[in-house]
Amino acid sequence: MDLTKDEEAALKGEQGENLALAYRVLVAIGEATDANRLLPVEWAHLSGINYNTIGDAGEEFLSRLSKDAKFKIKTTLNPMGFDFDTVSKYNLDEEFIEKQNSIKNSYERMGATPSFSCIPYEIFDLPKNGTNVSFAESNAAIYVNSISKLKTNKEGAFSALASALTGKSPFSDLRKDETRVPNLTIRMKVDKKDELAFGLLGYYAGKVAGNSVSISGVKDLDKRSCKSLCAGMGTSGTCGMFTFEDVKGETVDFDKKEMQTIHDELNTADSGDIITLGSPQLGFDEISDLAGMLKGRTFKKRCMVFCPRAIQEQARKFGYAKEIERAGGELLYDCCICLTPLIDKKDVDGVITNSVKGAYYLRTSNGVDVNLKNLNQIVEEETK
Amino acid sequence: MTLKIIVKGKAQGITLVAKNPMNFLGAVDKKTGKVRDEKHDLFGKSLAEKILVFPFGVGSSVGAYTIYSLKSNKCAPQAMICLKADLTTASGCALANIPLVVASKEEYNSIKDGTKILLDAEQGKIL
Repeated sequence: MDLTKDEEAALKGEQGENLALAYRVLVAIGEATDANRLLPVEWAHLSGINYNTIGDAGEEFLSRLSKDAKFKIKTTLNPMGFDFDTVSKYNLDEEFIEKQNSIKNSYERMGATPSFSCIPYEIFDLPKNGTNVSFAESNAAIYVNSISKLKTNKEGAFSALASALTGKSPFSDLRKDETRVPNLTIRMKVDKKDELAFGLLGYYAGKVAGNSVSISGVKDLDKRSCKSLCAGMGTSGTCGMFTFEDVKGETVDFDKKEMQTIHDELNTADSGDIITLGSPQLGFDEISDLAGMLKGRTFKKRCMVFCPRAIQEQARKFGYAKEIERAGGELLYDCCICLTPLIDKKDVDGVITNSVKGAYYLRTSNGVDVNLKNLNQIVEEETK
Repeated sequence: MTLKIIVKGKAQGITLVAKNPMNFLGAVDKKTGKVRDEKHDLFGKSLAEKILVFPFGVGSSVGAYTIYSLKSNKCAPQAMICLKADLTTASGCALANIPLVVASKEEYNSIKDGTKILLDAEQGKIL
């Protein structure tokens, strides 16, 4: 890789060990992905916030790093394991709470905005088209590449952290215009186009596509379905963006058969003890939709609803939070379905959700069975 | 000699060659540096102070923190040589400042287990 004089000096440790470490990570990843240089990025969104994902080694590393490291650019954070306002209700391990607190403090000490959200694209103003950012949350990387016209790779925890410390990222893969042009088109042939169908389509696309994919046969994708598509795609593979534009190249169909195969893989139960909504976390429109759907109804089971803290505050102002809570829903923020310790297989056999991403992580990480169905069906079957 | 340098540095030591890919998070004890996965061909062996030679890393990206912990606990390999660059190993070696190179297939296959080598990951040479 060709580095500037300043970058070379930082790599050698002339600006301290923390920056040397950050540049070593960028150069290592750059060399591994055939980048020829670094370029500036304006915003880093970090993963590796939840103690369940990074463990003791991560907690210790961040604690040491944050003694004198500072983030150079706008830096926002993925969800953690729980929210500190309500954690006392959940009977969690003291050690987990303490370690999570240490991780939270480390990131805040380095200057991160405590957003604890996997949908930064719904709670922050976005920079102008074509701006390079460094997003480690896969659904967010795919969303901003595809919908917001920003440029990012599907970053890992370490490349995004190094970007936050340096304001740089390797110039590789989806940062290059030629890589952003898809060479595969998936024809959406399923008639019933709800958020679950789009989540399953995303999961399929992630498995078969390269860096970028074109999807045909889709018009007017609503927010819920669009987020579901991004999250499904981010869960199953390396594909980091989609477009609805026609492209040259190979074409495959996504029809009932393909959809059923993935549904059968992820749906492992006919019902469940609790309902979880919000992977990705729900935005303001989805919260207001949900409140509308729940008018005059009450959940027959416990229902956990995950959203960002900022959205929760807004929902409270507009009365939507009250409506959801009246129906028996619990609004949780700063955390999400994926890898939360709040859903434990000791207490729960099966979980009902409309999230393909949630289903994958509930099965593989929390070890619980999942009943996957769309939101309309959940409201119809699980409320009275 | 064609080595791709992922993390720069120099190291001298005895090679430890693995046939299987390495899962740092699951298969390596970060306190001792010993391979604890019974199914791994290096089971029971310590990575400490060795020049670790393995095809590539697999498993969770959190394994990068394990590599960093090995270094903090003074039981990390002195350097690593891979056949293919994976982002977990690359990130981990970068965090821990452990020299890492990717070797061509021919060169990789010529490295014998238990021999003393000098890895120059500045110039890209094995001596």
